[in-house]
Order: sequence, then C-alpha cells, then structure tokens
Amino acid sequence: MRYLPLTQNDRGAMLGAIGAPDIDALFRDVPRAAVVGREAFSLPDHQGELEVERALARLASKNIAAGSVPFFCGAGAYRHHVPASVDHLIQRSEFLTSYTPYQPEIAQGTLQYLYEFQTQVALLTGMEVANASLYDGSTATAEAVLMAQRLTRRPKAVLSSGLHPHYAETTETLAALSGEVVRAPLRPASAEDLADLIDSETACVVVQSPDVFGLIRDLRPIAEAAHAKGALLIAVVTEVVSLGLLESPGATGADIVAAEGQSIGNGLNFGGPYVGLFATRERFIRQMPGRLVGETVDTDGRRGFVLTLSTREQHIRREKATSNICTNSGLCCLAFTIHLALLGEEGFTGLARINHARAAALAGKLNSIPGVSLVTPSFFNEFTLRLPKPAAPVVDALAARGILGGVPASRLLPHEAEARDLLIVAATETTTSEDGDAFRAALTECLS
Amino acid sequence: MSETRYSDQHEWVRVDGDTATVGITKYAADQLGDVVFVELPDVGRKVGQGGEIAVVESVKAASEVYAPIGGEVSEANPALGDDPAKINADPEGEGWFFRMRVADQGELAKLMTQAQYAEFLKTL
Amino acid sequence: MTMNATGRPTAIETVFAQPQPTISGDRGLDHEEPLLFELGRAGVAGVDLPPTEVSEARLAGLRRQGAIGLPGLSEPEIVRHYVRLSRMNYAIDSGLYPLGSCTMKHNPRLNEKMARLPGFGDLHPLQPQQTAQGALALIAELMRWLTTLTGMPAVAMSPKAGAHGELCGLLTIRAAMAARGENRKRILVPSSAHGTNPATAALAGFTVDEVPAKGDGHVDADALKAMLGPDVAAIMLTNPNTCGLFERRIREMAEWAHQAGAYFYCDGANFNAIAGRVRPGDLGIDAMHINLHKTFSTPHGGGGPGAGPVVLSAALAPFAPLPLLMQDDKGFRLIESREDLPAGTQPFGRMCAFHGQMGMFVRALAYMLSHGADGIRQASEDAVLAANYILASLKGTLSAPFEGPCMHEALFDDAFLAGTGVTTLDFAKAMIDEGYHPMTMYFPLVVHGAMLIEPTESESKESLDRFIAVMRGLAEEAKAGNHARFAEAPYLAPRRRLDETRAARKPILRWTPQVLSEAAK
Repeated sequence: MRYLPLTQNDRGAMLGAIGAPDIDALFRDVPRAAVVGREAFSLPDHQGELEVERALARLASKNIAAGSVPFFCGAGAYRHHVPASVDHLIQRSEFLTSYTPYQPEIAQGTLQYLYEFQTQVALLTGMEVANASLYDGSTATAEAVLMAQRLTRRPKAVLSSGLHPHYAETTETLAALSGEVVRAPLRPASAEDLADLIDSETACVVVQSPDVFGLIRDLRPIAEAAHAKGALLIAVVTEVVSLGLLESPGATGADIVAAEGQSIGNGLNFGGPYVGLFATRERFIRQMPGRLVGETVDTDGRRGFVLTLSTREQHIRREKATSNICTNSGLCCLAFTIHLALLGEEGFTGLARINHARAAALAGKLNSIPGVSLVTPSFFNEFTLRLPKPAAPVVDALAARGILGGVPASRLLPHEAEARDLLIVAATETTTSEDGDAFRAALTECLS
Repeated sequence: MSETRYSDQHEWVRVDGDTATVGITKYAADQLGDVVFVELPDVGRKVGQGGEIAVVESVKAASEVYAPIGGEVSEANPALGDDPAKINADPEGEGWFFRMRVADQGELAKLMTQAQYAEFLKTL
Repeated sequence: MTMNATGRPTAIETVFAQPQPTISGDRGLDHEEPLLFELGRAGVAGVDLPPTEVSEARLAGLRRQGAIGLPGLSEPEIVRHYVRLSRMNYAIDSGLYPLGSCTMKHNPRLNEKMARLPGFGDLHPLQPQQTAQGALALIAELMRWLTTLTGMPAVAMSPKAGAHGELCGLLTIRAAMAARGENRKRILVPSSAHGTNPATAALAGFTVDEVPAKGDGHVDADALKAMLGPDVAAIMLTNPNTCGLFERRIREMAEWAHQAGAYFYCDGANFNAIAGRVRPGDLGIDAMHINLHKTFSTPHGGGGPGAGPVVLSAALAPFAPLPLLMQDDKGFRLIESREDLPAGTQPFGRMCAFHGQMGMFVRALAYMLSHGADGIRQASEDAVLAANYILASLKGTLSAPFEGPCMHEALFDDAFLAGTGVTTLDFAKAMIDEGYHPMTMYFPLVVHGAMLIEPTESESKESLDRFIAVMRGLAEEAKAGNHARFAEAPYLAPRRRLDETRAARKPILRWTPQVLSEAAK
C-alpha cells in the first residue's frame, strides 16, 4: 500500500514495545460480535494509481464538460475563467495540507489570507465586516436568517420569490425550527410588494439581486419598508461578479449580505465545494456565525493575525453558540482571494462589464427568435426567456444537439405553472459570439 | 450601605437603600483571565434570584452571570463596554456590572458574608 | 500574554543562540509579507481583459457609483505574495501533525488530479442529468462504499461538513419522531463530546442533557440508562470517543435507547480508527456522519471545504433530505423536489443548494479505490498501532489518565507538569520550536490540561520514534525546571505568542486605510 509507511517488521516491533500479542489485542474493547473480517465487505482490494485513474476517467468521460460545448447554465453557479496561477497556488502543500489555524504562530499564512479575504468581501458587498466564509451561498442565507432572528428576537422571515428556490428551501428547513418562514408568491421577473408581508413579528426580509431569473432588484424601497417596521434586510447575491458593475448591497440598505463566491476562483464542481460569503454591520459582529480573523501583535510587537471572538463558536459556547459551524471553506476562500487579487479593481470591474456585454448581446440574439421573448427587462449576466412551449424538453433537445442551453425554471420550481415555459440563460466572459450563434440556430430548430 | 454579600456562583451584591449593585468577585475575574467582553442586561429587565442576567467573556471562555438577588435592572455600567479590563483591575469596585431595584431584601440572607465566602473558596 | 516580571518578553538569546538582526528584517528563507492592500496600487492588474463599455439600458439605474477599493497587482507580485504566506504555515506535507480528533493524514495528490478532470470539475449542477450520468454514477459508487463500510442501508450525501452532517442526522431524527406523532425534546450528549454536538442539538431545536464520563474515560452507561425516558429523542455519542477509547458498552446503550423509543446518533469523526474492521450498523447506530476530509483524506485545506455524508438506518432512511439519487433502467436520476418523490420517502427538507460536495466525493472515492477494503482496514490498524505505540512509549514520561489500549489517538493530561510551572499550552508552544505542530490541547474537557495525540497511519516508525524522543526530551526539560524554554515559546516560529486579548477587546477584522496609518505610527 503506497500510502502506508510501516513494514511488517515495524508492526511487529511496535506491538512488542506495546506488549500486545497482536493487533486484535488493541481492539479488545470492541464487542466481539461487532468485529468483522475482510469478507464482510464486498469491495475491491487496493489498486495502483494507474488503475484508479483509469476507473475514474471512465466515469468522467460519461459527462459533458461545460467547457467542451456551447454552455449557458447559471441559476446559482457560473462558469468563469480562472487564471492558471490560482490553482497552482492553492495546491501548495502549506495551504492544501494544513488544518484550521488554531496555532497562530505557525499558521500566519492561512490567517493573513483570511484577513485579506474578509477585507475583500467587506469591500465588494459594501459592508463593514465579513467572516472567514461559510459553506456556500445557500447555507449563508439560512445562517443570516437565524442571525436576524437572534438580533431582533422576532420569529418571522419573509423571502422574496426571486430568491433561488434551493436557498429558500435550505432556509425554510433551518429557520422554521426557530420561527416562521413566509415565501412571497411567485411573480417571475416582475416587482413584488414585500412591504405587505412585513409586520411587527418580522425579523428579516430576504431579497436576492440579481434574482434567480436574472432581474436586478432595487433594494432601497425594501430596505426602507423593512427598517420602518424594525426588520432587517438580508441581501443575497449568487453571482458576485455583478458587484463589479452594480451598486453594492451595503450602499442600498442591506443589514446582512449572504453571497455565493464560487464565481471567483472556483470551478463549477457539479455543485460543490463552493464558498459562502457573509458580511454585516460592525454592531452585529457578536451575533455573526462562523470564524473571524482579527489583527493583533505578538510579544515582540510584530503585527500578526488570530482567530478571534471565538466565544460565539461551538467549541466554547456549545449549545449557546451562534452556529454549529466548525470549519469554513478555507481552500475555496483562498482561490477566491487569489483570483480577486489578480483581478484588482480594474480587472474585476472590467470582468463585470464584459459579462454584462456578452449577456446583452446574447439576449438580443435570442429575443429575436419568433415566439421567444425576454421577460427580464434588467439583468446582469443572466436573463430569462419565455419560450412558446415547456422549457425542460427544449433543454434536453438542445443537449442532444451538443448545447447546454441554460436551466429550465421548472428544474427549480417544478410545481409552478408560471415557471413551465421559462428558460434561465447565462453568459460570461467564456461565452463567445460563435457560441451565441450556435445557440440561436439550435433553439430556433428546437422550437420549430 | 450594607456589607457586601456573595453567591456561590461568585457574584457579589451590595445594597444601598432599595438599590443593589452587582458584579463578579475577584476570584471569578482571576479564573476567567482577561475579560474581553461583557453582555449586560437592558434597563427594566426583571430577574429572580439566581436567574441568568449577564454574560462575561474572556478569550477562551464565556460564563453566565446569575442575579445574586431578585429585582429589576435600573442601570448597567456604561464604562464596561469600552473598557472591560476594569473587571480584572477592580472587580468589586469600578468593575461593577449593573444596579437593580431589589424586590425582597430577605433574599440577602441566602447569600454569604465575606468571611463565609472566603471559607467557601478554600473548599474549591 | 505571558510576560516576565519586568513586563518584557524573554529575549530569544536567553534560550536559543540567535544571529544578529538583518538589514532587511527578513531572515534567509523567512520573509515578512505586507497585506495585499499595502502592496497594491492603481494602474496594474494580474489579468488582461479586452476593454469593454456597456450600455446603461439593462441596469435598472443601479450601476455602481463609487470605486470598490481593490488593490491592483501584477501576476508575479501575486504569486510571490502567496508563496511567502504559504511558508508561514505548518502542514502535514512538511511534518508530523499530531492534532488529536482532527486526523491529519497524508493527502494523496492523485485525488487532487482526479477532482480536476473536466468531466467532474467542469460540470454544472443543473445541466441536464443525461449529460452528467458519470458524475451521478460516481456519487452512487461512493454511496455503495460508505454504506458497505458502515453496514448501514442508506446515506444522505448533501451535508457539507461534519457539523452539517450532525444537523442533517438530527433533523432526520426529528422528522422520524414527527412521523410517529411524537415531539420529544431532549438529547443526551456526553460531557466529553465535541462542541459541535450540543451546538447542533440546540440548532435542531432540542435541549441538551449532559451524560457524565466515568473515571476510566468511558461514558457512564448506567447514568445514561437512568437518564433515558419518554422525552428523550436521541442519544448522541462519539465512538471511538474523544478520549480515544472504544465505548465497550455501546451495544447495550443502543439497545436501551431503542427500548426507550429514542434513536442513536453517532458522531463518526473517529471512524478512521475502525473502518474496515467494525461496521457501525452492527452497533445499533441509527445515524452517523462521516467526515470525508478526515477518514478519507480529502484534504483539510486550512479549514475546509469538508464533506459530511450521513449514513442512516432503515428506520431513518425515508426522512433523508433532498436531493435523492435514484437508479432505473434509463440510468441515474436526481429527485430534487417534493413533487417528484418515490413512494415511502418523506424528506425533512434540504441542507443546501445542489447536491453536495462533488469535489470531495471524487477525492474520497479515489482514496477508497486506492486503498481498497484491505488497505482501509490496514490504515485503521496502523493508526491504532501508532497511537498505542506513542501511548506505551510516553506514558512513563508524560501522564496518561486512562489505561490503554487506546484507539487511534493517545490522551495525556498535565499531571506530569505539576510543580514545574509549565502549562499544557507552554508545552505545546515549545513543540513548535522543535519543529512539530502541537497536539490538540484542553480537549476533551473531561481531563485536566488534556493533550490529545493522533499520529495517524501516515508516519513511519522512524518518524514516530523521533517524535517520542522529542516529547521525552521536552518533558525532561520541564521537570528539570528549564522554565524559559516553555514560558514564552515559541521563539523560532514566524511569530511569537499573539495577543488574543487585544484582538478580542477591540476587534480589527479587516484592513482599512486608518489601520495602515495607525500601524505606521
């Protein structure tokens, strides 16, 4: 076994030093009836690298990789170009094979990049502070709602119908335990009146912008309505690149921002691992979930970084912790922060402009197909089309033609008749004009 | 002003008229180490004797503070927000936590005198 | 932090000889590194993008007005920044990392390579399922390995970490209770449990009752039995437990719990001690999460991402969260909504968007295929052997609170430091100067000044012998009264001890230009 350094001689010598006759003696606390042999497992024996690589490559080859075809899927996960240096750097042993930075003297590398990450997230979202990440955007949203319930001591969360349905279901699963979750009725790509749903029991209103259909929502009137009733506004962002072109949630009245950071530095990975961004106002930090890195000095007076405000966390507070979360998305944060460092102000805002321009061009192309109409008057890099027939079979037909042509809204909202004919389409800097032409031709064919 | 009384949860209370001042003892402050944060009750909050009323935190621990006597909170120490180190420096003076209107002075009888508390500490 | 009587840190020269200060402030291969924000400037970027202007027409009047404030840097500067930062980190690749309960074992690079195959890494979670059959087959194959190794009939794959898996397991239990028309509120958790256990129970809406430990490090089974009753929803035990011991009476405890109408949740964080030798399903467990990043070595990555699938008994399987993976004659299919459920399933909800940590699934399966059932068993045995070797070799020097044998980690307390003035923390920091990452300290809470050492199966005997020699040497130094070596250690790390009180009293959680100017003063 190439991963196991002990020889049979070593094992014998070690057993001798312990004074155990055999390895079974070390397992003597295990009830005899619960000990099984090799034959209990109908699983293969160990294999060499080559064999394992072949077996997995065979499975991988049965999938259509996004980069191999014209590709237009979004709805919470976006395909962007990740610079080569990002993946090289995150695979450095000292990042890849270290643990949570509990010993700050020998973990300044991790702590400093997390501090830089927190700063970047605060800047992007327009908030005062950010944590060192949560699992992903959906769990960050659920945690934001729990935090709002703690801060306001009110039970009710109002969710916009433009919130990604998976985010809404994740939030319902968790927040319904400690309160009540109300989802606004679905009105795809049009304004909704959330103010009517806010009352004196409302802890928070959760609004995604751009929303799951791609529509850009103005948070300001919702923030006003929420604040007037003593509720908090939670802004959700699933496509962080949009923050390079659009006003930040912080500037438009959000109290907590929960976002998915996958777009920067991280691949699609069939849904995970991703990186949840979480930012808020400074006065709320004691109720934040997750790890926080803070600046301090060492005994020689040199600047250094430590995990701080740990009394919020499970390992100290146990059943009174703000969250049960232990880990964060360390390596995904690192990919995020490196990619964003490479982009800088100029690159990040430029990337956002390219994304919007590509989407606008694509929307123009597709909107001119007879029977197809654009239902999102505003959008960033993702928009929704109404097709003259159900979208799901059309997407299957497009796939058969070698085009991954967006996400049918019915995949996320199978029970909503309103969603049946809607197709959610994304374009990024990776989408070429030729891709758009191929999509237009194939979609025209599939609809005729 | 009455003499200071002590609870077995390491809070002290000093009563002046119908107002009591409450804090944590030097022993508790020393056990906690450097206090970094204290969560004080809102004015007007009512609490029974022994009820949870505040939280005091060091870097590595968070401890509940229990009301040594029942009543209604009338004032929280405004200085502790900016300078929780006062709790370590002067736990039974400037490091007081809050003041309250005492509901029943009779409850003081259930608490220890300074001498009794000193004896109690020897048993820990 | 610890200061000497005059309030100044002990000079390094009093403990270790030190060369004179350098002009640069750097020292050989050790470089100081400013923050990105202090290095960056306008007019430079690490990417080249075509200049693009956009129309305002589709932006709803919400175009960003001000600058974000991100620094600009070229690629060589960025690469150097992160390479220098990386060199301030300890890592399993550079040395033994005996962090008990964390399982810092070798991370095979084959796993990284496999996760990056475009057929896995470049797949969209919502692309048509017929275009991702290989990915779904991989998840199904991993599910087969997990259920076979644990002897459990079902597994929920979406939880994103161990704590997330605990939550999934308890919510499954809650749903199963509700389906029985019951609303039991209490969960019994041992005092030795990891903090996530009570935190998760509270998050899932339960109250927590602590089960005491006995003097031998095992859960007090009789006390647990006495605490069971009609309002107990579940017992939540870690096995092997956090003292590194296998709970001998685990089957009895499971039986009692079931008789009382409760479920048995097992924290599977220490499954790596028994995988391939013991099946949790044979112990009466109803739900157990598996930390893929520990037992199956999908790396820790400086604190994530992890993955925490939960294996489930037949009684709990119907309540597993969405999505569900099904197979029929047309291939694999994800059930993603309640409108589409197969008969007999009643998912309690959804843990997260999409289908779980696919990138971790690929790595875990690569690990499993590489090891095979024989190698997984051998890895568990070697991990247990290494821990017992350390326990046997050090118990005369350090102090072991419990009789061996242990499982995959060896627990010591601070009794051997009595009278030396050296604390567990000081001892750990002195290990840093010796080139080792410290063991887990002050956990579990049931032991005074705990030191929990988990060597894992990845260390050679030579490596273990050297570690043992260093630990003995340090213990002798402590007992000999060489206080300075410990009191302000580490001396030789990128930083001395950091002022955590200052960090917590006035939190500075991000860079701002003001912080820069203060630091400059």
